[in-house]
Amino acid sequence: MTGHAPAKRPNQLFRNLTAKIASIPMILIALGIFLGGSLWTVVYSFTNSKLLPRASFVGFDQFERLWSSSRWIISIQNLAIYGILSLIFSMVIGFLLAALMDQKIRFENTFRTIFLYPFALSFIVTGLVWQWILNPEFGIQGIVRSLGWESFSFDPLYNADIVIYGILIAGLWQGTGLVMCLMLAGLRGIDEDIWKAARVDGIPMWRTYLFIVIPMMRPVFITTLVIIASGIVKVYDLVVAQTSGGPGNASEVPAKYVYDYMFQAQNLGQGFAASTMMLLTVAIIIIPWAYLEFGGKKRG
Amino acid sequence: MNIRAFAAALAATAVLPLGLAKAADLEVTHWWTSGGEAAAVAEFAKAFDATGNKWVDGAIAGGGSTARPIMISRITGGDPMGATQFNHGRQAQELVEAGLMRDLTAVAEKGKWKEVIKPASLLESCTIDGKIYCVPVNIHSWQWLWLNNEAFEKAGVPVPKDWNEFVAAGPKLKEAGIHPLALGGQPWQANGLFDTLLLALGGKELHEKVYVEKDAESAAGPEVKKIFDAAAQARELSIGTNVQDWNQATNMVITGKAAGQVMGDWAQGEFQIAGKVAGKDYSCLPGLGVSQYITTGGDAFYFPVLEDEEGSKAQDALAEVLVAPETQVAFNLKKGSLPIRGDVDLATANDCMKKGLEIVAQGNALTSTDQLLSPDSQSQKQDLMTEFFSSTSMTPEAAQERFAEIISSAD
Repeated sequence: MTGHAPAKRPNQLFRNLTAKIASIPMILIALGIFLGGSLWTVVYSFTNSKLLPRASFVGFDQFERLWSSSRWIISIQNLAIYGILSLIFSMVIGFLLAALMDQKIRFENTFRTIFLYPFALSFIVTGLVWQWILNPEFGIQGIVRSLGWESFSFDPLYNADIVIYGILIAGLWQGTGLVMCLMLAGLRGIDEDIWKAARVDGIPMWRTYLFIVIPMMRPVFITTLVIIASGIVKVYDLVVAQTSGGPGNASEVPAKYVYDYMFQAQNLGQGFAASTMMLLTVAIIIIPWAYLEFGGKKRG
Repeated sequence: MNIRAFAAALAATAVLPLGLAKAADLEVTHWWTSGGEAAAVAEFAKAFDATGNKWVDGAIAGGGSTARPIMISRITGGDPMGATQFNHGRQAQELVEAGLMRDLTAVAEKGKWKEVIKPASLLESCTIDGKIYCVPVNIHSWQWLWLNNEAFEKAGVPVPKDWNEFVAAGPKLKEAGIHPLALGGQPWQANGLFDTLLLALGGKELHEKVYVEKDAESAAGPEVKKIFDAAAQARELSIGTNVQDWNQATNMVITGKAAGQVMGDWAQGEFQIAGKVAGKDYSCLPGLGVSQYITTGGDAFYFPVLEDEEGSKAQDALAEVLVAPETQVAFNLKKGSLPIRGDVDLATANDCMKKGLEIVAQGNALTSTDQLLSPDSQSQKQDLMTEFFSSTSMTPEAAQERFAEIISSAD
């Protein structure tokens, strides 16, 4: 530490000098790799780079082609469906589970472990597991049929209209455990006295949750939202493991479009254009929100 | 740990994969992982090991579309393997242009490749600016219809002689509970099926107009419309085959769950491994039985530029081995593909291979779409075809409109 001079205030720049020095590598990495890499990608999305990056600029051609490609449109639609539903359901289910766990039940530890366990699996494993569960010949449909219901049909992964919901199921199975844990931590942070006061006033439990506890858990909800949302935008491995975008291209997602065009189609320009659009979407959502949340007045 | 030691440790881990390979060890990456393919590639390994070098197998599962990005990123990322498979044509073109691939002209001249490799178009697609950069190892053609004879017997229809009879047999097959056409869900399969229909039903001229001249008008014209109608029929026949990989689809034909599959001649290896006999258990119709044309795509090996002398020597040795007549015969018999040389004896070849050889000998071998279109255009086509073949809601007209657009901007 810098020694403290009694008379004048220490220079702000040199306060906590060791901490600042220690964080320099991280700052450089963030600037160089995240910011620099993003800028580089945006710049090259205006070129006609094929397998290797090439600085011959073609204006908005890549973006025009991107938005006229039906596969990209499908990808965006799928992401919207998957994103909105998984946000809603993982929040609702996660909170409900947490509220149930909070009723001082027996074997809470066991249940918590069971619910959180899927989160320990990667998306690839989750995807493969659910691919088998939803497989019409070996999975749920096969089992129910072998029990005698011959006409039973449940094959979301092979039906282009509902395939995205098949992926959603797997995503929820994997993700709600974590949401539950976060929510449970939030619930445990609520002062016991508030519950007592509510009970004294004769407020029913559901109203206490809805109008007192949830508003108090705002920070937890925001943390959860950020964690889930960032997972949604980059969803890729789950789709690859479950359907590889099929049937046809009914379950394509933007991240897969980026990968396929960058590496399989050897068209870096097109892949960069798509990833720039992804960045833009995230920015449009995140920046106003971050401004509202962290900018303006400082919250205690 | 100070920075220097840390940097040294980092560098050491980066160099490790290269350091592991001993002087004459050559890592060869490829995507030949199905039963028939693995048996075939083992022949290469055996022949190469016999030269005193060592073949380090680097098989990448999941098919070419999974493997190629890995290979390319290793080469561009400065960790090249000793040799790698690509489909010859345009997949590795930019890597060659960037100077990352080794010039094999000297080996080629020594082995007189220009004279022995038939058809000449194979070597041409390895040649850039007069220099040879790859070794073609086999000829693969897409235009085959594989049929399970027993399935047709069960349905009470004679085994079809061409595509039209096959389509006509569709309803009978369905009645017997057999899927008429097996089609895997991977996009390249739908794409290949369409290209096959285009050449088989539309003929050589249409193929050249659309894919060589990239004439958008013919792509939007009535002849291609017929192809899309035929594709819609194929789509009808393929409904319900819920498999992904091509060999799973082939397996449906082998086991009689499906009656037929349009797939390249690599499917043959699967029939062989399953102990089926050509002509008796299964039939093959080149050109779908309609026209006697096949396209000659295929696999080739490329050799990334290596730093060390020993490795480069081993690369030359491998290049020679791949073209050698004995290896060609051993490999292609197992693989079900045709050899790249006209001067080898394939007396042991089965019926289907002989049919293919005959077509090549007649000069009816055309350049494949992999060589004619860039991977980018191929991907766009794949996106379209996989959408068309998976959703019955897309009309042939709508698909053709988009097809014409792709062709007009194709490169």
